[in-house]
This record gives sequence, C-alpha cells and structure tokens, in this order.
Amino acid sequence: MPSVPAVIEADALTKYFGSFPAVDHICFAVEEGEVFGFLGPNGAGKTTTMRMCECVSPRSGGILKVLGRDPAHHARAIKREVGVVPQETNLDPEFTARENLVIYSRYFDIPRREGESRAEELIKFVELTERADTPIEQLSGGMKRRLILARALVNEPRLLILDEPTIGLDPQARHLIWDRLRSIRAEGRTIVLTTHYLDEAARLCDRLVIMDHGKILVEGEPESLVQKEITGEIVETEHTPAVEACLNSHGIPFEVAGEVVQVQTKDPAAVTGALLASCSIGRVITRRATLEDVFLKLTGRRLRE
Amino acid sequence: MNNVVLAAAVPVARGISHVWARNWRVYLKNPLLNFAIPFLEPILTLAAIGFGIGAYVGMVGDVSYSCFFAPAVIGTAVMHAAFFECSYASYVRMYYQKTFDAITATPVTLREVVLGEVLWGATKGVIYAACILVVLAIAGLADFPASLLVIPLALLSGVLFAAIAICFTAISPGIDALNYPMFLFITPMFLFCGTFFPLELLPAPVQAFAFAFLPLTHVMALMRMITMGAPTPYALVHLAWLIGATVLFIPLGNRLMERRLIV
Repeated sequence: MPSVPAVIEADALTKYFGSFPAVDHICFAVEEGEVFGFLGPNGAGKTTTMRMCECVSPRSGGILKVLGRDPAHHARAIKREVGVVPQETNLDPEFTARENLVIYSRYFDIPRREGESRAEELIKFVELTERADTPIEQLSGGMKRRLILARALVNEPRLLILDEPTIGLDPQARHLIWDRLRSIRAEGRTIVLTTHYLDEAARLCDRLVIMDHGKILVEGEPESLVQKEITGEIVETEHTPAVEACLNSHGIPFEVAGEVVQVQTKDPAAVTGALLASCSIGRVITRRATLEDVFLKLTGRRLRE
Repeated sequence: MNNVVLAAAVPVARGISHVWARNWRVYLKNPLLNFAIPFLEPILTLAAIGFGIGAYVGMVGDVSYSCFFAPAVIGTAVMHAAFFECSYASYVRMYYQKTFDAITATPVTLREVVLGEVLWGATKGVIYAACILVVLAIAGLADFPASLLVIPLALLSGVLFAAIAICFTAISPGIDALNYPMFLFITPMFLFCGTFFPLELLPAPVQAFAFAFLPLTHVMALMRMITMGAPTPYALVHLAWLIGATVLFIPLGNRLMERRLIV
C-alpha cells in the first residue's frame, strides 16, 4: 500500500440489482493526481461503480472510501469535493449556458458573486464565451458536453468523475475535451473516467482497469497491459477459406475477427513471408498490438446488448 | 444539544432553499405571463358566476352566491396550482430534464430536492391565493383584514396538495398516469367539496366520506370562515386534519421518491 492515502479505495465493492451482481467484489485504488480509467463493454458495471463513487448509489457490500470517507455516512462532505460528468446530458434546459453554471454553483453554497466569476472563467476554459448566453437547446452536442465539464468544475473538485465524457462527439470536440482534462490533471486534480474508446483510454489514462460482468479482469498502465497481454505484433490478412487452410498447414495459430484473420506473433516477418509465399493473398498488414487487442482478447468479440 | 440539531438543520434548509430558488428563477423568466394568469383566471370565473349563475341562484343562506363562491375560487386555485406543479411539472423535471439527478450529484440530497419541490408547489398556491385575494378585495367579496389569513392557509394547504402530488409523481410509471389522480381525486374535489354548493346538500354518507378523506373539504370550510369573517370552533378540527395529513404525506413522498430514484 502507498503511504499517501488513496483518493478512492474499494475493497470487495459489490452492487446487486435484485439478485444480479452488477458489480461483483471489485478491488481498486485511485491515487492522488492520476487519471484512472474504467474500460469495459456495455453492462460491465462501469457506470454502477461510478455512481457508487459519486455517492448517489448505495453499495450492497464491501468497503468504499472516497477522499478518505465512507459515502454511506459522509455523502454531503464528499460531494462538496467531487465533480461529476454524467453519461446522460442533464443540463438545465430552462437556463442559458452561463446560468447553468451559476445555478449549479448555488447547490454547493458558493456565494452568487463568486459563482458568477467562476462561471465566467469556466466558460472561457471550455471555449464557450460566444455561447455563454445561449439557451441549452440551441447548443450542439459537443458544446453541451463541454458545458457539463465546466459545470463539474464549478466547485473546484479534488476528484473529477467522468462517465463517457466524449460519447458521440466529433474528433475536434474530443480533442478539446482531452486537452482540458490534461490541464485539469496538471493542476493536481484526480480524474476517474469510463470510456468505450480505447484510443481515449490509451491517451489519457495513467492506469486503467478492464471490467466485464461486474468484475475487474486486468489492471495496469496502458502500455504495459498491451505488452503483458499480447505477445509480439499482429499480422492481419483477409479472411478466406484458402487463407485459413494455408495457415493451418503451416501450423500457425490465428484468430478470426469478422473479415480479417489475425495472427499474434513475435516473428511477424516469418509469418508474413509464409503468407505471401504460399497462401496467394492480396494484402497483409503487420502492426503493433493496441489496447483494443487486449480489450477484445479479454472481453471477447460477441456483441453486447 | 440544540447546537447539534441546528448544525444538522442548516445544510438541509440551505439545500431546500437552493432547489426552491432554482424554480423561482425559472418562474421569473416570464413574469408578465406568470403573474397575469393568477389575476385573469379569478376575474373571468367571478364574472361568469356573478353575472351568470349568480343571477339564477340568488342567495345561499344569508349571503349572495358570489360571496359564497368567492372563497372556492381561492381554495380550488391553491389546490390546482400546488398539485399541478408537483405532479406534471415535477415529473418533467424529474424524468425528462433529469434535474433531480443533476442536483443530487451535488451536496444537496434527494430529500432536500423533494422538500424544495413541495415548498415551491405551495409557493405557487400562495401566489395564486394572493392575486385572487386582491381581486376579491376590489370586488368587495371578502372580509378584511381577517381575509389576510387566507395566505397562511394557502401555504399550509399548498404544502399538503404538493406533498400528495409528489407521492403520485414518485409512483407514476409515466407522465400520462398522472391523469388518474387528476381526474379521480382532484376534479371530484373541485366539484363536490363545498365549492359550488354547500357540502350539506350531499347525502350524509358522502358528506362523511368527504370529511374523512378529501382535503379540499377542510380547506374550503376554513377559507369560507375566513373570507366571511365567521369562524366557528370547528376551525380547529379542520386545521388539525390538514396538519395531520401534511405530517403524513411529506415523509411518505420522501420515502416513495427515494425508492424510485436511489438505486
């Protein structure tokens, strides 16, 4: 255990919905100042875990400490120091962008004058200055997500929890949010996020876990996870019966992923050579393994509801 | 000991006030419309009654029909305003706008959200009552200064109707389901609880039912005593009923809302 107390500590954290374990005895610790990611397919238990950490959903079992306190008894004190970006956009449609921030700051007992000046700064921070007095419904999806990020910062949180922060955004908007998250991290704030986007996780997270069926499958730094879970590189070629037969005849193990065949190997040159020499293929690609390969290896390729 | 209670009560009161203030700010976005309606509605109703029906009915007991009906304009308006606000309007905030979710991610608790909503619903009842009272004063249909008591009564009954509404909001599977309490509970009260005609004209068992189960019966009895300046000792019974029901429905609303939203 590290000497500095963790920002979030979970031990055998469990959540049941009826008899269904949505989160099943998970253990993790988020350290001060890091970006910690939760990856997993739909229904893996990521959002449920976030909601327990946000003190809005009571746990069914295990130990949970957020900022050193138990959410079951100190929710109000914890929430004062936590900023939340929910998956669902729940900005107040009755108000403009600026008013949303000012009204929200009131829920934290921030004096109106102070709230107004923070709103001004945060609007600038997420580049919405020209839209400050626009009603919510006239903002684009990306603007709404940026405004929600600004809203989550209105109480100057020590811990920022983001559930799918860039869902449905165009590349420009995603890059802006990533950039802002990096500068929030640089201020020493701790960030916990969930995402489906593996490139997002690889770019942002210092450490991450991959969850499925309510359990944590692996934990680590993105780069070392790839190295640990995948040996060598990936050779990809088209998926035809001929290629399959050819690979089998060479005794090369492979995996079928829809239209492509993938070979995991430490010696990509040899595999590529064999393919080109005797399998009569049109196209072959060698690439480095990514977090996506780890993700699919651990959680499978089957579609989730 | 008192300090401990106070220290626990301060954040609760703050939370409630933030929720109330959010709704108040929305209300003020359109002040002209929002304050014109509570003035116009009673003027139209009283004109229809005074010029129309009142001419046929003549006297109820020893007062004119307009004078008899005037307190019903206030009582039913408070009921409608508070109930509508904490049923349909609260449902929209809770379900469609996710306002409750957004607020409960802050230090404000769900209980404070519910109480803030109820207090806001009651406030709308009070706004209606105050506007109507002005109209009644100008029309000479209410006894002053006694009729100023209408305001605290509107607050109490507003809280009760809002609390009942929030219970229905918490258990409604969809916004359309709120039509059931509206048409099976609110509309019958509007018609039968001593509003358009004296409760005594109803068969005795119906009277007993209205007295036992329908809050507007008690609101109307008190309203009429106030605007006519004719209190009776029964006032205490009616008051006790309203307070008792309020004490019952507020925690019930809280529990039902927690059951729905805290998962």
